[in-house]
Amino acid sequence: MLFVAIFAQFAVGGLTLVGLRRRPALAAALGVVVLASSAMLVAARGIGGAETSSYSVRWLPILGFNLNVQLDGFAVVMALLVSVLGAAVLIYSLAYFEHDGTYARFVGLFMAFAGSMFGLVLAEDLFTMFVFWELTSVWSFLLIGLNDKSTSARQAAVRALLTTGAGGLCLLAGVGILQVQYGTTSFSELLAVGPSGDLAHAAAILLLLGAFTKSAQFPFHFWLPGAMAAPTPVSAYLHSATMVKAGIVLLARTSPIFADVGVWRWWVVVAGVVTMVLGGWRALREVDAKLVLAYSTVSQLGLLTVLFGIGNRYATYAGVAHIVAHAIFKVGLFLGVGVIDHEIGTRDVSKIGAARRAMPTTTVAMVLSLLSMAGIIPLLGFATKEKALVALLDLERDAVGVVALGGVVIGSVLSVAYSVRLLRAVLRGDDTVGSAEAATLSSGHAEHPSSIVVRVALSGPVVVAAVVSLAAGLTAATVGGWLVAPSTSLDVDAVSKLALWPGINDALITSAIVIVVGVVIGWRASLSQPSASAATGERVFDALYDATMRLAKRITAVTQSGSLPIYVGVTLLVAASAPIAGVVIDAAWFEGGVSWGTPPEALVSIVAIVLAVGVALAQPRFAGALFLGGVGYAIAVLFAMRGAPDLAITQLLVETLTIVVFLLALRSMTQKVGTRVGWTPRVLRVGVSVGVGVAVPLFLLAARASRTGPSPAQEYFARSFDEAGGRNVVNVILVDFRGFDTMGEIVVLAVAALGVVNLVRRAVR
Amino acid sequence: MRMQSSAILSELVNRWLTKVATLIAVYVTFRGHNAPGGGFAGGLILGAAFVLQFLAGDEPSIRRRPIRNPQKLLGAGLLVAFGTTLAPLVAGRSPLESYIWKLETPVIGEVKLVSSTLFDLGVFVVVVAVVLMILRALGTEGAGVSARREGAESGDQGGVAS
Repeated sequence: MLFVAIFAQFAVGGLTLVGLRRRPALAAALGVVVLASSAMLVAARGIGGAETSSYSVRWLPILGFNLNVQLDGFAVVMALLVSVLGAAVLIYSLAYFEHDGTYARFVGLFMAFAGSMFGLVLAEDLFTMFVFWELTSVWSFLLIGLNDKSTSARQAAVRALLTTGAGGLCLLAGVGILQVQYGTTSFSELLAVGPSGDLAHAAAILLLLGAFTKSAQFPFHFWLPGAMAAPTPVSAYLHSATMVKAGIVLLARTSPIFADVGVWRWWVVVAGVVTMVLGGWRALREVDAKLVLAYSTVSQLGLLTVLFGIGNRYATYAGVAHIVAHAIFKVGLFLGVGVIDHEIGTRDVSKIGAARRAMPTTTVAMVLSLLSMAGIIPLLGFATKEKALVALLDLERDAVGVVALGGVVIGSVLSVAYSVRLLRAVLRGDDTVGSAEAATLSSGHAEHPSSIVVRVALSGPVVVAAVVSLAAGLTAATVGGWLVAPSTSLDVDAVSKLALWPGINDALITSAIVIVVGVVIGWRASLSQPSASAATGERVFDALYDATMRLAKRITAVTQSGSLPIYVGVTLLVAASAPIAGVVIDAAWFEGGVSWGTPPEALVSIVAIVLAVGVALAQPRFAGALFLGGVGYAIAVLFAMRGAPDLAITQLLVETLTIVVFLLALRSMTQKVGTRVGWTPRVLRVGVSVGVGVAVPLFLLAARASRTGPSPAQEYFARSFDEAGGRNVVNVILVDFRGFDTMGEIVVLAVAALGVVNLVRRAVR
Repeated sequence: MRMQSSAILSELVNRWLTKVATLIAVYVTFRGHNAPGGGFAGGLILGAAFVLQFLAGDEPSIRRRPIRNPQKLLGAGLLVAFGTTLAPLVAGRSPLESYIWKLETPVIGEVKLVSSTLFDLGVFVVVVAVVLMILRALGTEGAGVSARREGAESGDQGGVAS
């Protein structure tokens, strides 16, 4: 059933791209239905249940690769997030895109992505996860570049693809090591094995590189803000709620296995802490509300990385809870900013305040989501943030624990601060300037005010997200109970419970201090602070990218001179020197002796030699072509004499057509050969020709003398009639025994013909 | 530089040679399994017939209908060959494995059909298409290149530095 759900999501995506291009709204509705059914399918298994069911599809049994999915507690939570949020964002997108021409492409790619992400979170082993992982990278690339006319969108898409793609390769290498070393990539089996040693260490580092690129952890965090070039529904779903969580999912699944291997814990904690603080700092300075949210996502991903990387029993529970809380409030915020952008045409934090009169409901909803992000009681964000602090305070006070605790406290102060800054932007903004500008900005929209249906579809998901944040916060104990099974499916010892009011303890006091400091910083932070210059990570990436391109160009300039004589000369030299080397090393070529053939054969050979000399001496080019044809005919005669009629016929026909093609091509060339060639190139050419002429016969003699096994011919003769029903062994070899070769050859033939056609077309133009 | 159209030559080629060549090409293709020949040789023979038509000043055509889109022919041939390669997989056999049908026909007696003949037919179509494509490119369209080249060369003689 799970595979049916995955397949159905892909199918809707494919259908939209192929069949329903004209009716994207219908496709989107179909997508919502499929996603909702998938959610129900998953929910039917029981949200709080502890039982696990798994399914498998044989893929490459010889290599031990199968697609294995399982529905354990954690998978249920993640799959629900993917499908429910997917449906909500899809409903929202119906109104967001309205008359946009790219909508059909969006729906198709979106559904394909949903299917991939659904498969990823259900994966039971690393190989299955890798397959879906790569798919999500591709869809993400295409969705970021949805507006393919924008240069910056295309650049952002390429940056995201190259970064996550490189991480995907690291992941593949890690999976390969584990498969070879332990014969399995299944999470549960690896946990039972308990990998250790250098190879396991290498695999762990590779897996971390994969996770960090995907989840935008320092120093790979730069691609995520760039990905905001995508339309808002894409940002909300892929680059906040789901895809960037893929790295976190990988960490969650593998931390229990690798937490004690080598640098794992140190690296995870340092990367997470740096990312959290860096993201929070940048979020505090950006003026584009969407970029603020992007950097806040980077920051929150840092927190999740720390929580899952530590592999402590409280931390795992807090991580699972915070994934849920973050997905809900961040989707609400992204979509809310999208609504404001859609209605008043700006995302500038100093101007979005103008929206609150026009859209009071949306504004209230966003305020709730912001409070959840800041971790204010009684919203869900408070309860989960609280659990994170409890987990970190519970750590041993060794170096890692202190770094983790200190970093997360600083990061939390910053996240309160950027939340409060956004809060102030939404509530107060610069109303006097804002409303005037908003009036002009929204004049385009004012001519066709959005209908009530569009408004409901747009603000509906925003409101629902806020209400869920609030309701789940108020019933934190119940919601917390549902999250126990998901946590224990990752780590059997994971214990904890969310609570609305945890009572006065260390964590609460820390929280209070964090909130007070954060509010002060956030309230004082300027709304119009100029953004810092382009992010350093982005600059480094671009420098590397440009350097690679320059190197490629220089190598191409050196190796591809564009001169036909040089190409032909190099090819022939290599073809000649390799056999000569072989013959010199293993001088067995003379053992077979040389057969001079019968007198008629010798006569034909002499004719061929004379004609060949004619090719070299002929002055007008077409005469050379005719001589060359003559050589070919002479060889066809030799084939016929030696009892190879098939070869003779084919050779004859090929020669005939080749002469015609030669003559046709020669019409476009100068008639005389090499009139302006100096002595040095001429000597070189003669040298190469003679070398090839000597090397090829030597090689043939050597090849004949070095046979070690019996000729396969006898076997083919024996099998030809019985197995393939043919008496002509040559033909049977071509179409049956070695049919694959023929298949390849006709493909080469087809490609060559297409090449000729296109070359001539370019020359004509 | 289009070849000078010669009415007699064209008539001869179209009335006799093309028909005979087509017959021979098909015959050679089908006999290939048991005697010298096969799809490659057959395709080249039909290709040679088209070359003759071209040299006689006509557009390569079958029954006076010119073949304007050899690319489609190329794709069709590749599809046939690829299809016969993969077909045995459906029956759970290895790719390209031959299947032999034996039919009892009233007059001729037993006729044996081998599935690899279909593969050879794909090769035949591909070869014909390739010949046609090159003929069109170098023959018809290539005339443009040579015309331009001649123009450029006469320009050279006029003393224009290049």
